[in-house]
Amino acid sequence: MSLYSEKVMDHFKHPRNVGVIENPDGVGEVGNAKCGDIMKIYLKIDGDIISDVKFETFGCGSAIASSSMATELIKGKPLKDALALTNKAVAEALDGLPAYKMHCSVLAEEAIRAAILDYYKKHNLPYDPELFKECDHEHDHDGHEGGDGE
Amino acid sequence: MFVYADNAATTKIRPAALKVYQEVSEKFFGNPSSLHSAGQRAKEELERCRQAVANILGCEAKEIYFTSGGSESDNQAIESAARAGARKGKRKIVSTAIEHHAVLHTLKKLEKEGFEVVLLPVGKNGIVSLDEAKKEIDENTCLVSVMLANNEIGTIQPVEEIGGYCRALGVPFHTDAVQAVGHMPVNVKDLHCDYLALSAHKFGGPRGVGALYARTGAPLSNLIEGGAQERGKRAGTENLPAIAAMTEALQESVKNLPEYMKRVSALRDKLIGNLSKIEHCALNGDSVRRLCGNVSFCFEGIEGESLLLLLDDKGICASSGSACTSGSLDPSHVLLAIGRVHDVAHGSLRLSLSEDTTEEEIDYMSEEIPKVVSYLRSISPVWRDLQEGRRSFIL
Repeated sequence: MSLYSEKVMDHFKHPRNVGVIENPDGVGEVGNAKCGDIMKIYLKIDGDIISDVKFETFGCGSAIASSSMATELIKGKPLKDALALTNKAVAEALDGLPAYKMHCSVLAEEAIRAAILDYYKKHNLPYDPELFKECDHEHDHDGHEGGDGE
Repeated sequence: MFVYADNAATTKIRPAALKVYQEVSEKFFGNPSSLHSAGQRAKEELERCRQAVANILGCEAKEIYFTSGGSESDNQAIESAARAGARKGKRKIVSTAIEHHAVLHTLKKLEKEGFEVVLLPVGKNGIVSLDEAKKEIDENTCLVSVMLANNEIGTIQPVEEIGGYCRALGVPFHTDAVQAVGHMPVNVKDLHCDYLALSAHKFGGPRGVGALYARTGAPLSNLIEGGAQERGKRAGTENLPAIAAMTEALQESVKNLPEYMKRVSALRDKLIGNLSKIEHCALNGDSVRRLCGNVSFCFEGIEGESLLLLLDDKGICASSGSACTSGSLDPSHVLLAIGRVHDVAHGSLRLSLSEDTTEEEIDYMSEEIPKVVSYLRSISPVWRDLQEGRRSFIL
C-alpha cells in the first residue's frame, strides 16, 4: 500500500520494542479506545538513562509504527533527550506520515512524556511541571469519509 | 495466496463485459445523437441495452436512464422527488440511518435548504422496520428512501413492504439497490418503487456507469444540463461501450442467480462459522437476511486499519468501518446505528465474496484472520486490560 512510507510499513510489520516490562520504573498511557488509538509505554531507568523501553498499542498502522520508532529514538538515551523528543521528529524518522495521521506521532510523544512523569512521581523526584503541561492531543483527522463509492 | 474479498467496494470486470466494451467501442463508434448511419447504429445499440436492462428489472425501456453510476442515480432520484414535493408544499423526507453517503449527504444538503429529514433507526440486526417507517410517513412526506441491501453489513431491508405502504399512500419511494442488483432478485414491480439506483461495477461491469429507474410519471429533474440525451433528463454523450458492458454483466449475473446465491451463501456461512470461533467477536447484521457474499465482524481489542494492512500482507484484500480507514474521527455510521460502541466499531472487518470466491480461499481466510487478530491483540493494551479485568468485555 502506498498510503505509508516503506519505513512506516517496516516499523508497523516488524515493530521494535513491543511488549511489557515487569516492574517498570515508569508507565504512560495516552489516547482512548473511543477514538481508536491507545499507546502504553513502559520504561526502565538506570540513573538518568532509559535502559529499556517497551510499548503496547491499540491503533492503526501509523500508531503502531510511531510507537515503535519513538521507542527506538529514546532507548539508551538520557531522560532529557527523551523529553525533548517531538512528534515531528518521530514523523520525520518514519519518512513522514499522511497529514491526517500526524496525531499518531503526537500520541507517541505524549506517551513517552506521561511515562517519564510517572517515573518522577513514583520515585518522588523533583521535576519541572512546565515540561508536563496537560496538552490535549490534537485529533486532526477531519477529512474525507471513506466508503465504497456507488 | 491472493484473495480478493472486497467485492462490495468494486468487482473485477467480467471477461464477457470487457469483450463487449471493446467490440462496441469499435463497432458502434458513432454518436447516438448523430443523424448519419454510424450514429443511428449506435443509437440502436443504446436502445437495445436499455430494453435489456428494463427486461431484467421488470419495467419499460423508457423508464431506464443511464447515468455515471450509483451516486449520480441516488442524487438525481432524491433531488427530483424533493423539488417536486417542495412545489406542493411537502418538505419531509424519510430515510434510514444506514444509507450510503450518496443518499445521506444528498439529504444533508436538502436539510440545509429547509427540508425536514428523518432517519429511521435500525434494530441490532441492522434491519429497519415497517412499523418505524409508518410512524414517520405522513401527508407532508415528499419522499421515502430505503436501501435494498446495506453495503457494510449486507442486511436486506423490507423494501417490498415499505414500498407497498408508500404506493398505497401515493408517497414517492426510492431504493438504493446498488449492492443488491446482480446479487439477489430485483424487480421494480415487486419493490413498488418509483426510483431505483444501480451501479455496474458492483456486478462485474465497468466503473463510471450505472442506471436510474424512474417510474413513468415520477418527477425527474436534471442534475446535468446540456443536451437531449436520455430523454432530456441527463445531458452528455452516452458512454455506449460502458453501457453495453454493464448490460452484458447484468445479463450474465442474473442468468445463474439462484445457483450463484446458493453457492456463495454456503461459502459465506462457512466463513462466518469459522470466524465466529474467535473469542470476543460478533457478526454484524442479521445472519439470515443478508447478501449472499457479505461477512462483517467486529473484533474486540483491536483496530481495523492495522488488521487490513496485515491481511493485505497475507494477500487478503478486505475492508473495515474503522475511523482510521476513512480519515474521519468516527467509525462507520452503520456500525454505530446497530449499537456497536466506538471501542468495538473500530475493530471491524468486512469480507465481501463473489462468484469467483473458492472453497480454498475461504479456508485460507479462516486460517489467517484468527492469527492476525490474535497477534494484534497480543500487542494491544486494550486487550491486556480486558484480559486482566481492568476493562469489561463488550462482545
